[in-house]
Amino acid sequence: MTVFPFLVAIWILCWGLYGIVSSRNLVHLVICLGVTQAATYVLLLGVGYRNGGAAPIYADIAESTMVVDPVVQALALVDVVVEATVSALLLAVAVQTHKRFGTIDPDELHSLRG
Amino acid sequence: MNRRLRIGLFLGGAALLAGMLVAAVGDLPGFGHYPGPYGILIEETGVAGTSATDLVTAVNFDYRAFDTMGEEFILFAAVLGVAIVLRRRRGERAEDERGDDHHFPGSSSALGALGLALVGPVFVLGAYVVTHGQITPGGGFQGGVVLAAAALIAFLAGEYVAFKVIAPHAMVEAGEAAGAAGFALVGLGGLIFAGTFFANFIALGTPGSFLSSGTIPISNLAVGIEVAGAFLLLWTEFSDQALVVRSK
Amino acid sequence: MTALQIGALIVVGAGAPLVVLVRDPVRQAFCVGIFGTALALLFFVFQAPDVALSQIVVSTVALPLMILLALAKIREHEEEEEERE
Repeated sequence: MTVFPFLVAIWILCWGLYGIVSSRNLVHLVICLGVTQAATYVLLLGVGYRNGGAAPIYADIAESTMVVDPVVQALALVDVVVEATVSALLLAVAVQTHKRFGTIDPDELHSLRG
Repeated sequence: MNRRLRIGLFLGGAALLAGMLVAAVGDLPGFGHYPGPYGILIEETGVAGTSATDLVTAVNFDYRAFDTMGEEFILFAAVLGVAIVLRRRRGERAEDERGDDHHFPGSSSALGALGLALVGPVFVLGAYVVTHGQITPGGGFQGGVVLAAAALIAFLAGEYVAFKVIAPHAMVEAGEAAGAAGFALVGLGGLIFAGTFFANFIALGTPGSFLSSGTIPISNLAVGIEVAGAFLLLWTEFSDQALVVRSK
Repeated sequence: MTALQIGALIVVGAGAPLVVLVRDPVRQAFCVGIFGTALALLFFVFQAPDVALSQIVVSTVALPLMILLALAKIREHEEEEEERE
């Protein structure tokens, strides 16, 4: 039971990778990339959790309460916002690909034309 | 290689990857048994060292401010990339933006009025989340997206022209660049006034009060402006493509 | 581990194949919004309110909007090409 969150993270990662490999649509591929990144958030927060710990905000709890690890939360928090903008960049590339080649099926975009 | 071969190869590789990961995960200390030491160190010295009651914001903007600057520049570069990829090309022209045929089907004036009425309260909420990042959950990144959403409500209610008036292109670009530069300047201020890049050089107040934690409110504000500008620029670029840009 | 945490993990674990196996991108945009909300619930239960706040705002507002706008542009371009022929 103590490895269950990490197994869920591996499960989500494998499903996300399967989605990327077997995708027929570039927009679907970008969304599957987002699912893959969700696996890293679950892993990070799972590593930092402490049994019986509270959220690391001391605004309304006593100073001596045990809290969970704040470092991994800082990493995950920034990552969530940056991931959205990188997905936007990939979506922009997909839009321009459709304009240039007329298709967004990765199987049909096989040669790099100049 | 054809599709079946590719998927078969992937399934073999994924089985190997999953097996190795499961074996690696078995060596971790287990869920709930966090061994430390950095989290425990920050828990014990965080409130005294930075006067911030929200330790996650303290880690983001004080202890690990250099990493946050790197992430912020990733965000800036991604938005720059979108602006370059979606630029107006030779075979394209813009439809007249002043026409009123950019309403969505199903939008009505009641929806438009409600949307415009919500812009103010959501803006206040976003400003609250940005400025109280060092006390309660919140901060520049979350509050910045809420601020961008405040202008977006006008767009979603079907008032495309009002959206362009609330968030004009030049102001959004200037805000985003100012936010990114502001964060780097806070770091340089630490270098100039306290000898270390990103050192907290303003006096720490009492934990829990509005103007506490030294440079953290300034960093929060810079990041909030930058994230709001970034998301508004993204949405403007995409909606321009979908509604305005046509090929000749 | 509390029952709430186990339940949230199971919901998130069931949501990932759901998002991947829906092939139509328009429906997938809604599925990713639901998946993001389930993830935010998981982050709350893991005592991480900052990350949950970030996840709610990004995955219900920012990401589905950009996906739908990109799809609108692609569909509109296809119709333009068909008109031309």
